[in-house]
Amino acid sequence: MARYTLQRFVYMIITLFIIATLTFFLMKLLPGSPLQNQEKLTPEQKALILKEYGLDKPVPVQYIQYLGNLLKGDLGVSFQYDNRPVTELISDRIGPSAQLGFQAIVFGTIVGLILGIVAAIRHNHWEDYTATVIAVLGASIPSFVLGGFLQYFIAVKLQWLPVAFWEGFKYTILPTLALSVGVIASIARFMRTEMLEVLSSDYILTARAKGISQAGVIIKHAIRNSLIPVITILGPMTVNLMTGTLVIEKLFAVPGLGEQFVRSIELNDYPVIMGTTLFYSALLILAVFIVDVLYGVVDPRIRLAGGKK
Amino acid sequence: MMAKQQYEQLSPEWFQPAPPNVGEQEKINRPSLTFWQDAWLRLRENKAAIVGLVMIIILALMAIIAPMASDRTYKDQNLRHAKLPPKIPVLEHIHWLPFDGRDANGVDVYKQRGVKEYYWFGTDDLGRDLWVRTWYGTRISLYIGLLAALIDLLIGIAYGGISGYYGGRVDNVMQRIIEILNGIPYLIMVILFILIFEPGIISITLAMVITGWTTMARIVRGQVLKLKNMEYVLAARTLGAPTSRLIFKHLIPNVIGPIIITTMFTIPSAIFTEAFLSFIGLGIRPPEASLGSLVNDGYKSIQTYPHLMIIPAVVISLLILSFNLVADGIRDALDPKMRK
Repeated sequence: MARYTLQRFVYMIITLFIIATLTFFLMKLLPGSPLQNQEKLTPEQKALILKEYGLDKPVPVQYIQYLGNLLKGDLGVSFQYDNRPVTELISDRIGPSAQLGFQAIVFGTIVGLILGIVAAIRHNHWEDYTATVIAVLGASIPSFVLGGFLQYFIAVKLQWLPVAFWEGFKYTILPTLALSVGVIASIARFMRTEMLEVLSSDYILTARAKGISQAGVIIKHAIRNSLIPVITILGPMTVNLMTGTLVIEKLFAVPGLGEQFVRSIELNDYPVIMGTTLFYSALLILAVFIVDVLYGVVDPRIRLAGGKK
Repeated sequence: MMAKQQYEQLSPEWFQPAPPNVGEQEKINRPSLTFWQDAWLRLRENKAAIVGLVMIIILALMAIIAPMASDRTYKDQNLRHAKLPPKIPVLEHIHWLPFDGRDANGVDVYKQRGVKEYYWFGTDDLGRDLWVRTWYGTRISLYIGLLAALIDLLIGIAYGGISGYYGGRVDNVMQRIIEILNGIPYLIMVILFILIFEPGIISITLAMVITGWTTMARIVRGQVLKLKNMEYVLAARTLGAPTSRLIFKHLIPNVIGPIIITTMFTIPSAIFTEAFLSFIGLGIRPPEASLGSLVNDGYKSIQTYPHLMIIPAVVISLLILSFNLVADGIRDALDPKMRK
């Protein structure tokens, strides 16, 4: 187990390192200079500014410095937001995004699990077909389309809920709903498949033969064993959720990280784009790492296969 | 009593040995089906998949024909015809359909402004014809889908095939490369490319070339690893078949099922990714149109001109839905074991 975790950990570090390196050299490749009004500056002033930001040193030295700063958690300063540190911008904006993501994942997982379990128990009945249709639609309709429709029909036409902004729980309902549909679809699909497989296995038959009630079989044996593989999709789901927050926050004017990210792309604010990119990558890679390890913990076969390599 | 009577009625002549017709027994009455005929039969029974297939064909035909058949192009502006609601001949007389040329307040804008032409899907704020722009955007979506499939087929199969066939150190190195590529989120790859190149179709294409094939490579590798130790491969090798023949004639055809299934699932997710990128402003740039950027543009005037958002949104959803339905159907048809 320790060896498996270590192996995963090394991969995580390598991937992060590669992304950080890529980001740094891309920054160097970019056209233009970080100085404003550079025609008006005298050569001395220019040199002074470059020195202040450490840009007068050769690129390899800058690279080492950049990596050192990264280890200290320093992501540079923004071009557009009055030289504010990127880390500060990120920590200011992370709250709403985290809340949105958390609500969507909790709501989506609960509804998805219920749909999947009901579909498997009532296999080939109308409940199953309904759940399948919901799952296919949920996987097919892009979240920005769904968000737009929710806004138009529920907020604009029916006026049940606010259209946009972020001023209390009522404002979080529509974005959470739009974001969680993808989660519901993937969890419901996966859970249904797993449940069907488990329900047709021999130990379920044994449990039934011993006279355990239907509820007992489902809760004690089927659901518990079906839940294990569901852990694997939590990694890819985090990726989907992140891409989801980008559009949903833009759509609902949520003051979150994704909304700021999209805006900094529009404004060519490179340090913010780079810093946020790194932050997102680190978050995702960490999520994948945790899922890998967690899966090794619950399913011994995985870590044996991993250890043999 | 009854049984005995019946027994006596039976005559011994009825129990003669049958004439020897050995050949007759072995005869196969039905034509034997190839793998593909069998798969097609199963696919044809799947109503959802057929609906999806028909929808894809209709959407593809519209994407090809509609921009060519119209005398307006996707970038022609006509400010006097700006922000017209949709109006379609014949359908305009059916009141509950939103194609009567009336805006949100029920005013017939066409009559009000004296516009004689029909804009089937209406126009945007610059007077560009949404009908042409929507189908032009569908073209881009289909291009991205086909491109993703092609990359999967070319790079994914070659990479996975080589990795699985040679095994050992080659496999180890190639798998580590995949693992690291997989660790970098696709979205971040695209953003990095967009920062070097211009936003647009080239950046999306390049990012896809670099990251899009890893799933396929993994699946092909797994299958090849399993198949390469089969007896028929050993037999072919004993007969002196070269490596390329072994890979392309013996291994790949046996992996074709999973290959097709993976390709079919790649297409809708690639279409979705392009729409998503264009929606947040990283993809297609104006005046060109993609379904994602159309939804984004339409979104800005959702309260007053909802058709600008709803029409492209419906088209993109239908497109992804149809590809998902067909992919599901093909999976069930090619691999009955995977049927859920």
